[in-house]
Amino acid sequence: MPNQREETLLTPQQTIETIDDMAKRIHADITRPEKRVVVGIRRGGAMVAEMVQQRLNTLLGIELPIGYLDITFYRDDLDTVGPNPVVGATDLTMNIDDQRIILVDDVLFSGRTIRAALNALFDYGRPEIVDLMVLVDRGGRQLPIQPDYVGKVVKTEENSRESIKLVKSGDEKLTVVRRFL
Amino acid sequence: MTSGTQVWDRKHLISMSDVTRDEIGHILETAASMREVNRREIKKVPTLRGKTVINLFYENSTRTRTSFELAGKRMSADVINVSVSTSSVAKGETLLDTLETLQAMTPDLLVLRHPESGAHAFLSRNLDTSIINAGDGRHEHPTQSLLDILTIKDQLPLIGKRGFEGLKVAICGDLLNSRVARSNAIGLKTLGAHVRWIGPPTLIPAQAEEAFGVEVFHDMDVGLEDVDVVMILRLQRERMQGAFIPSVREYFEFWGLNRQRLAKAQPNAIVMHPGPMNRGVEIASDVADDPERSVIRHQVGNGLAVRMAVLYHFAGSSVRKG
Repeated sequence: MPNQREETLLTPQQTIETIDDMAKRIHADITRPEKRVVVGIRRGGAMVAEMVQQRLNTLLGIELPIGYLDITFYRDDLDTVGPNPVVGATDLTMNIDDQRIILVDDVLFSGRTIRAALNALFDYGRPEIVDLMVLVDRGGRQLPIQPDYVGKVVKTEENSRESIKLVKSGDEKLTVVRRFL
Repeated sequence: MTSGTQVWDRKHLISMSDVTRDEIGHILETAASMREVNRREIKKVPTLRGKTVINLFYENSTRTRTSFELAGKRMSADVINVSVSTSSVAKGETLLDTLETLQAMTPDLLVLRHPESGAHAFLSRNLDTSIINAGDGRHEHPTQSLLDILTIKDQLPLIGKRGFEGLKVAICGDLLNSRVARSNAIGLKTLGAHVRWIGPPTLIPAQAEEAFGVEVFHDMDVGLEDVDVVMILRLQRERMQGAFIPSVREYFEFWGLNRQRLAKAQPNAIVMHPGPMNRGVEIASDVADDPERSVIRHQVGNGLAVRMAVLYHFAGSSVRKG
């Protein structure tokens, strides 16, 4: 498309390395592995969550439970943008009461998605701890929400018209792309 | 919804001919997510907080009214049920006046059942509020069709089909008085299924083949041959003025679904009924209660999920369209 610039922020290899690095940092902080549960926010966060969970499984030598949240029903913008035509499914079959959750998303921006995810999570139970892990933090927060683990920080100007997205290619590789609209 | 854009902008749900194949797909996907909500310990999501749904039923209903009420409540909407026998309808107010009065209280959705075919279409031209058709006379009952389609979709692996394309569905019995049959004929054909209507000539509307694109059979044993889905309709004696059938016993003899008749269909064919059932009139008890073939109870559960999905999509669209 004309007038649309695009740059790759993380190549597939860099995405893997970034997630590996974050998994190592999370691993270093884990004291009660039997209480840890990985929860990914659909759709981008779910892909990152799967990769983090696999790395942590290897590092810990146990299999961590993994769940998925769809936050559509918890969004605060039904009045302004209307209903989302495509709604995914939440899949949280484990009991999360008293567990230590690693909440995973791909890109952290305003913080509204995380607010919605926390509300959704607390409809399922009362976790002991929720840690937030994001692959990319692009700033621009509108709510008092800060991540515990960040893969890459990207500076964006206020009111800049751009999108930062995790893109899955046909061969299952994950790339982070920045588009100036 | 206009193709290519990811926005839901349809305002009313009056007829199954209003919704596209894509929109049916979106409603069913949302409904599948709603089933997850209905299985939770805390069966409530905040999605429709601050929205008001008015349920207005001019005809008796247990499952439809209850499921619309529960659907609204599980989505955190405020739901009001107006019972017609205690309302000002009894004092002689016209339908439009009643609805305009309710509209002045700024609801977001009106869920309406009315004995006159076309009542909803008339009201949608005269009111600003979104209208969901919960049954209008002999015309349509779109949310029943959507829940039937979801139920069939769930059973496709069991039936041995991958999709609706080429699926053979028989709708049997009192087709003349059935809004379920009309909505399903339209909805299923939108998805590419073949629809057969099977019933006595007195209970099939004139020119059904031309009007609804269905295949008409008067002999149940012939009509049921090779079908994948058998949908049995209730004999609606309350809508009959005159002699449409010789007797209930004779009706069951010729048009009731029993084991022998079901054997004409595909070996894995499923049995559906929109309810309420008249056992021994249109369906034999052992067929209705057969856990291998009958999906009648699944239909009820899906009814709740589908109505939650419908409220979600249509309540949101009403906001943006004023």
